[in-house]
Amino acid sequence: MPAALSVMGLEKQYDGVQALQGVDLEVATGELVGLLGPNGAGKSTLVKIACGLVRPTKGAAAINGTPPTAARARRDLGYLAELFRFPGWYSADELLALHQRLAHSAGGPSERAELLDLVGLEDATDRKIDTMSKGMQQRLGLAQALIGAPSLLLLDEPTSALDPAGRRTVRNLLEELRKRGVAVLLNSHLLSEVELVCDRVAIISRGRLVAEGAPHDLTQSRGVEIETETGREVHPHATREDVPRLVTDLVNSGHSIYEVRVLRTTLEESYLEAVEGDQP
Amino acid sequence: MSVALTIAGYALQEAVRRRVFAVVLGLTALFIALYALGVWQVFRRLADIQPPVGIEPRPFAGATIFGLSMFATMFLGVVLGVFLTLGVVQGDAERGLLQPLLVRPVTRMELLLGRLAAAAAVCIVYVACVYTALMLVTGLIGDWWPDRIALPAVELAVGVIWVAAVSLLGSVYLSGTANGIAVFIVFGAGLVAGLLGSIGEALGSGTLKTASRVVSWVLPFEALYQDALHLITDQTAGFTGVILRLGPFGGAHDAGPLLGVWVAGYLVVVVVLALAGFARRDL
Repeated sequence: MPAALSVMGLEKQYDGVQALQGVDLEVATGELVGLLGPNGAGKSTLVKIACGLVRPTKGAAAINGTPPTAARARRDLGYLAELFRFPGWYSADELLALHQRLAHSAGGPSERAELLDLVGLEDATDRKIDTMSKGMQQRLGLAQALIGAPSLLLLDEPTSALDPAGRRTVRNLLEELRKRGVAVLLNSHLLSEVELVCDRVAIISRGRLVAEGAPHDLTQSRGVEIETETGREVHPHATREDVPRLVTDLVNSGHSIYEVRVLRTTLEESYLEAVEGDQP
Repeated sequence: MSVALTIAGYALQEAVRRRVFAVVLGLTALFIALYALGVWQVFRRLADIQPPVGIEPRPFAGATIFGLSMFATMFLGVVLGVFLTLGVVQGDAERGLLQPLLVRPVTRMELLLGRLAAAAAVCIVYVACVYTALMLVTGLIGDWWPDRIALPAVELAVGVIWVAAVSLLGSVYLSGTANGIAVFIVFGAGLVAGLLGSIGEALGSGTLKTASRVVSWVLPFEALYQDALHLITDQTAGFTGVILRLGPFGGAHDAGPLLGVWVAGYLVVVVVLALAGFARRDL
């Protein structure tokens, strides 16, 4: 079974600027992959090549084994661009109806109502897009991307205009999509969010993939911190497995234990290490 | 095909919702009313005019004012066609409107042809309605009717569609404002060529006439306009006919049967160039 998304040896050059320098990446069916990297790293270019908006200079992308420009691949794909705009004269329902026609979706009014409900816009069905806040438009963009029940979702900064409640809605939505077996490539600057929802993270810097793995695998142990009546004490070389022994030793020596924490580097620290390590 | 129609419907809906049609209809009604006032004034004073020997005043006045109105019809049609197409690719891509449409099972060819079809449909209806209204005004007030009725309107509409297609081609490479300026400069160049032709005709300058003829075929809306002018008086004989064929904004000129073939081929080339350019564009 082909991967929901695969890119192989992807290179892209824009007017002398090398945006991508041979990126290989796969997103398996039902997998949620976070794409991280500094501004100008090539993340949006990768996503645009994956959905056929940009032509690669070298290499190829495939959606469920099909080139992204093929109609079959387009039917399997949902996309929310980083910088998007919908016609302001449309209502939310009319916009989704247009995309249903273009996507050949037979979902009808029930699909539109379900999607608006899913993104928390159930009360904005007839509201004109012109009158919506940026956050509401971003939610509508997510609903639009889900028209036709795509098996792969490419989301380019989908929460950039959302407030914390909106971000939680999107996180819940991503969890729900994972349960439904939808593969997601999430391009985001919000590392905490990526860490919370993604199965795997790919870090791109200067057009190259510099780190890849599960969020837990990308972070490193920083020891164990134990709080006793004398204060906090960090055991820098200890691991989770050492905790029972450390606690037993402290209790046996008459200390009272108030809190024990296994310390790990954050994804942000791992990210910065990977990106800064790639600097010339 | 159904996708292209959906895109065409989307484009028409955009024009309706943005009140393009309301504004165009309102201003066109005003233009027709002013034209009617002008026609009424001209024909009211016709009896007082002593024309030179050999000139019949009614056909001369009717054909001249109607010829001028044909220029206005084409100009207004061009404005409408250009504004419906100038931002189809680069403009909409810059605004982020294009990308959500093109990740659907919509080919770039369907999108471009759908937008052109919508603009062409609007321009055909507009030119036909305005031309008919102005002809009725001239005929009912001045009792003068063009020698050929339908074909000049068809030629004006085709000229407008050609300009709209060029605007669509420009939208692949230029932003909306730059494209609009470029297309209107091209349109102006065609009109200047027509004027040069008239001057060449009056002075008997072969060079000017040749230059005008070449430019009017390179920018075939001008050749279509000149042929349409010719058609409205092609059965008007004598000195009146000769004078009329000097025509306003470019002399009336019988372009011959090859013009249709030339324009059709030219349109195909413009559309193919637009499609080829669009296919290679990164969005």
